[in-house]
Amino acid sequence: MTLTVLRSTRQGSWEKRILKSLNSMCTELSIPLARKRPVGEQKELLNKWNEMGTDEPDLSLFRPVYAPKDFLEVLINLRNPNYESGDSLSFRTHLGLIQVPLKVKDIPELKEFFVELGLTTGQLGIDDSTQVPPELFENEHVRIGQKVLTEQDSAAAQQYIRQGSPTALRAELWALILNISSHPEDILYYEQLKTNVIQHDLLVDSLIYKDVKLTASNDDYYFVFEDYLYQVLLCFSRDTSVLSHFAYNSASPPKSYIRGKLGLEEYAVFYPPNGVIPFHGFSMYVAPLCFLYHEPSKLYQIFREMYVRFFFRLHSISSHPSGIVSLCLLFETLLQTYLPQLFYHLREIGAQPLRISFKWMVRAFSGYLATDQLLLLWDRILGYNSLEILAVLAAAVFAFRAVNLMEVTSLAAAEAVLADLSTLKVMPLLQIFLFATVT
Amino acid sequence: MGEHVRISHFRNHYELTRKNYMVKNLKRFRKQLEREAGKLEAAKCDFFPKTFEMPCEYHLFVEEFRKNPGITWIMKPVARSQGKGIFLFRRLKDIMDWKKGTAGKKLTSLEAQPARNTVNPSGSHDTRSSDDQKDEIPVENYVAQRYIENPYLIGGRKFDLRVYVLVMSYIPLRAWLYRDGFARFSNTRFTLNSIDDQYVHLTNVAVQKTSPDYHPKKGCKWMLQRFRQYLASKHGPEAVETLFSDMDNIFIRSLQSVQKVIISDKHCFELYGYDILIDQDLKPWLLEVNASPSLTASSQEDYELKTCLLEDTLHIVDMEARLTGREKRVGGFDLMWNDGPVSREEGGPDLSGMGNFVTNTHLGCVNDRKEQLRQLFRSLQGQKKTPN
Repeated sequence: MTLTVLRSTRQGSWEKRILKSLNSMCTELSIPLARKRPVGEQKELLNKWNEMGTDEPDLSLFRPVYAPKDFLEVLINLRNPNYESGDSLSFRTHLGLIQVPLKVKDIPELKEFFVELGLTTGQLGIDDSTQVPPELFENEHVRIGQKVLTEQDSAAAQQYIRQGSPTALRAELWALILNISSHPEDILYYEQLKTNVIQHDLLVDSLIYKDVKLTASNDDYYFVFEDYLYQVLLCFSRDTSVLSHFAYNSASPPKSYIRGKLGLEEYAVFYPPNGVIPFHGFSMYVAPLCFLYHEPSKLYQIFREMYVRFFFRLHSISSHPSGIVSLCLLFETLLQTYLPQLFYHLREIGAQPLRISFKWMVRAFSGYLATDQLLLLWDRILGYNSLEILAVLAAAVFAFRAVNLMEVTSLAAAEAVLADLSTLKVMPLLQIFLFATVT
Repeated sequence: MGEHVRISHFRNHYELTRKNYMVKNLKRFRKQLEREAGKLEAAKCDFFPKTFEMPCEYHLFVEEFRKNPGITWIMKPVARSQGKGIFLFRRLKDIMDWKKGTAGKKLTSLEAQPARNTVNPSGSHDTRSSDDQKDEIPVENYVAQRYIENPYLIGGRKFDLRVYVLVMSYIPLRAWLYRDGFARFSNTRFTLNSIDDQYVHLTNVAVQKTSPDYHPKKGCKWMLQRFRQYLASKHGPEAVETLFSDMDNIFIRSLQSVQKVIISDKHCFELYGYDILIDQDLKPWLLEVNASPSLTASSQEDYELKTCLLEDTLHIVDMEARLTGREKRVGGFDLMWNDGPVSREEGGPDLSGMGNFVTNTHLGCVNDRKEQLRQLFRSLQGQKKTPN
């Protein structure tokens, strides 16, 4: 299964669809994709920069360009034209929604890959609970963390964080692992992006506003950070340096043509400038970071780096092991192999498990887990430099609620059982699923 | 009154809960502490912003006002709640204007009379107070308080903390602190430029509900656990420990200041809602104490907090006489003061006054109350079965 095949077929037509949707919104609402702001408006926006959330523009006519479930439909219809059904016996019996035979890890391989999550290794998220005396693990772990930070050892930090990061050290550790430091030129770069936002208004801005209002602003915890989200996302959409990630992404950035010059490459510009069209829920990638970083340019850099290293894989089609297609397949395979009764039951009642877990994985569980749990999960994403843990966690959640799920008789009832993940503790779930379940 | 009867208020709780009385009691307590234990000890009572009762301390207020030009003051009615009647000002002129209004009329008429209504020992009516009775409009007292201009902001928004303290008796003083509580956010961004914008400065949910920005789904609240975690990730655990132990200090001292004034009655208990404001130096300030904290819920989470709070309160009131009276924790409540500080560790309080003493409070910490209650009642049952 190669990148090229996926790239040329499905990703291409998916991109065309997104672009078409954006363009039609543009024509329907008679709003240009981009326009220069009049000076008065620029001044007003500059004054309100720290409280853009108080603005209540009329967003009723805007719709998100797409939502995760639209994307899921595309993935379900992926086929590899080179694939012959006789090739892989095990794949022929795959009863999930994903029909692309990518290689995914099984539990023995996952146990090896995630060895530091094993039962005999201390973990934050388990061994720092109130019943455990801190001398057993927590104190020493904090001490090591402080040492790693003093030495500014990025590789050591990545290894260290596999066991979780202490709350007080997390912001610095993530910055160390992501190689983010706030040099004057970084701050200047952010200021330039801000100037860009002030001077030009993009149609995409309204989509960003709408997304923030619909998701983060309505969240019980993230509503406080609404203003930071605008400050980050509006600048993000102007950041052409983000385009460089398309070199290792099977997607290509959407292009727009200067009026009247359709098809002429010399009049093409990337739209939006960073090549990323936000979808419904996009702002949730940024929201948890507001917990850690309070200085806008630092918050921005961290988010951008997280995006070009990890998050982009969650909404573009590729064969990468951390790509969303592989994650979906990994999830389904884990479920079908290790919880076959549950899998078959859910399938029978028309509740394909991926239909429920897809939205969790696309958002890296942001907005579904309690913030402290989410941050422990993202610690491990950074530590293992892989998103596979999202699929494992999704399977672990199903395993945890298996008893209730066996009782349900409809998709709606299954959704209800899995509607509220806010009480889950991720590390015990992962540990039990990987290391303590009899396979 | 029967042995078994319990009343959920103390007769004169207003000594703590009406702003002007609380201030008076605190000032008096502070003076006493200074006499007995010195300036350092008395300084521990400096957790309420400078407050003057109106109209009787009007002249003292003007003196303080003139000493600190340009700062902002807040005028609050003593007996009203939910943010009603409050306004901010920076110029004496603003009070003059207010004086001319209906509130002011009462102020000018009161200024001519003595500060407190003193009961004539002979029992006869004071001629002036009979004049009062002819006055249809009820007399309203205000306090002028120094406005805290550098509040701690999260996401650019101002907030205050609501904490629950249960007092089972004043003599001796027995007080419990509930682990859960919440931070109430103002819906708009904080700036000193908009003194007239009542919505920015007042964080009571009741006032926020009328703000044009208010979206009921939001609730604008954070549970204290989330708040504590946020602070810890920003300032480190030690700074947070210090802040929370400063808050413990506020609860204890405020209760001690009214200990001798409250009419003690073994049937009475009271659940107080403390409003605390944190400033940018992580210093907590006492805004006020409520004897009837709102128990209506603005969200599912809020509902759960309040029902558990009530349930645990009733467990401590213990109408069923199940508890031994030696418990240090019941559900989400931790015994904070038992005629003396209560230590987290086993054994008696640290009388040497030296380090290692950590108060038995867990505000904003994990509240595994269900588990704790189960264990507690199981062990109590066990104790009953084996007679000692």
